[in-house]
Amino acid sequence: MKTRDLSELAVRNLREAVLRNSLTTLGVAVGVASLVAMLSLGVGLQTLASQRLTRSGLFDAVFVTSQRNFRGPRPPAPDSAPKKESRSLDEDARQQFSKLSNVTEVYPQIRFVTDVRYAGKSETTSVLGLPDSSRSGGAFEGMKGAFFSSPTANEAILQIDFAKVLSDQPPSLIGKELTLRYAERAALSKAADDDEALLDAMMGAGKPGGISIVPREKTLRIVGVIESDPSAGIGGFGGARVYLPLKTAEQLHVAQPDDLQAFLSGNPAKPSYMALTVRVRSPKDVLQVEDSIKQMGFATFSLLDATKSLRLVFTVFDLFLGLFGSLALTVACLGIINTLVMAILERRREIGILKALGATDRDVRSLFFAEAGVMGLFGGFFGVALGWLIGSALTWGTTIYLHRQNLPGVKISYIPWWLALGAIIFAIIVSLVAGLYPAARAARLNPVDALRYE
Amino acid sequence: MPAAPTLIQAESVIREYRLGETVIRAVDDVSLIVEKGEFLALLGSSGSGKSTLLSLMAGLDRPTSGAIRVRDRNLAELEADELARYRRETVGMVFQSFNLLPRMTLEENVELPLRLAEVDRHARESRVVEALERVRLGPRRRHRPSELSGGEQQRGALARALVNRPAILFADEPTGNLDSVNGEQILLLLREFQDSLGMTIIMVTHERPLAEKFANRIALLSDGRLVSDGVRH
Repeated sequence: MKTRDLSELAVRNLREAVLRNSLTTLGVAVGVASLVAMLSLGVGLQTLASQRLTRSGLFDAVFVTSQRNFRGPRPPAPDSAPKKESRSLDEDARQQFSKLSNVTEVYPQIRFVTDVRYAGKSETTSVLGLPDSSRSGGAFEGMKGAFFSSPTANEAILQIDFAKVLSDQPPSLIGKELTLRYAERAALSKAADDDEALLDAMMGAGKPGGISIVPREKTLRIVGVIESDPSAGIGGFGGARVYLPLKTAEQLHVAQPDDLQAFLSGNPAKPSYMALTVRVRSPKDVLQVEDSIKQMGFATFSLLDATKSLRLVFTVFDLFLGLFGSLALTVACLGIINTLVMAILERRREIGILKALGATDRDVRSLFFAEAGVMGLFGGFFGVALGWLIGSALTWGTTIYLHRQNLPGVKISYIPWWLALGAIIFAIIVSLVAGLYPAARAARLNPVDALRYE
Repeated sequence: MPAAPTLIQAESVIREYRLGETVIRAVDDVSLIVEKGEFLALLGSSGSGKSTLLSLMAGLDRPTSGAIRVRDRNLAELEADELARYRRETVGMVFQSFNLLPRMTLEENVELPLRLAEVDRHARESRVVEALERVRLGPRRRHRPSELSGGEQQRGALARALVNRPAILFADEPTGNLDSVNGEQILLLLREFQDSLGMTIIMVTHERPLAEKFANRIALLSDGRLVSDGVRH
């Protein structure tokens, strides 16, 4: 029988027992829906995590410290890079990094502990300079107030825990001013020294000038209060409570722990950085840039390995979700087998008539196979739609919950085209497999026995 | 008058069924020749084996032993697909209980053998109309079997049986579910097919008067054996 005739007969047969076949198709749809909903949840969460982490700057950044700097975020592995002469992480190095291909931004980590004064209160806390590029990261979504008006603005954003220390009503701080008291570093030249003998005694004769530490104050306007800690991806590892524009922070020339090292190394006029964050075009460029920087004699650290682990975790997560979803589909398969076996019993006489009229075993088998396939096709389509509805409901529920917690909504379920197409194809294949036994059984029927059946 | 060529030749045909430990011989060593263009009635009481013999000659079943030759091909040795092709192209079947598919209209039922034979879609319609006109059911083509009388259903079954223009038409108790008037109409149609289309008709019946009135020849079966053969009219 021709495929078109076969399909017409199959659809007609399915239409005749519309209730039973609809319920069976619905069973397939529910199975596919559970599979799609589970996997869309896995894909959605993975996408969400990847987007958040990428936007946070954790995965497109290389953190660079000097090899002589024992306070790096993580000491370099002994054999991770060829041994090079240890270099100072200074402005020259920063310029060199900027010229590397695929590097979009290089900025220092400026973090210092300071005294903050507000409304007669004085609190000691940690301050961090934020590059202007962090504006586009997801870290400031949901922040009360606004991001810095310019890269050199005398403005501050407060972390909410610290804001609560300053005021019972943190949002009311926005627009108010606070004062930083900090230690400014300045280089001293020998010529400028009043007591050359004293300096010689300190430095040794013939050594260049030293540094001076001067207390300063800076008044900043509070422009925002943020719930989360945005500093994790900016090059620091959390803990800061007050954030300034990076250039503003740089202009303060706050004394850094490395200043002592620069002083002892004999070049206090040329300050070095404690750490630099090198931002690359995309996470896949991290390895190449990291290697180049290591070749220059610096210690580097990136979260590339963590990304790999994350992918592994999500793959296992998807696998488990898929397995749970498949259980429902297995039940649906049993439904198809049951429906088709029942159909054979009911349609024995019809099978006998078809065979008496010249239908081959293959014709009969194909007919039952086609019916199973059509149920799979419709079940697949409805299943994807139902899965999308379930996923949307989950996203909707989660968003409502997050909004009640004063957090921005997230899309936790996502159905990419390959998942929708794959689910439909999978439903058809599973239905065909489920139809194998009933179809073979129908094809084997002896026409005389089938015709005798009442 | 020269003898008509042999169309079907059954040679020592035995058909046994097994029911648990018991072996039932439904057809017992039957040898029979059917000539082209004749109307043969297989007559016998219930359980005489006449329907089983018909099924064997129609290629619906295979003999336990013996041979059934149709145009020099032994049906017992054909592959399943070849046997299906024989049923599709050489044979038309009519049953006592009509066996029209209830969910199809009359014309769809008649079209079914053409679908199975993969006849071109455009050619089908004219052949279906022609077959239905021949049994005088043209106006009822879009009706479902449940909307037709018994006689109309059997005429519809006849249209389905002849739509593929088979050489042999097997009819298993075609009047069994009909009153005498409708029964005679069906047999008149069978005679008409025999005369106008040159079809060979093999009919199973237990009604001797009808067999004697319409068939050219009567073969009598009893307990699976051929008791008499060759009563010609």
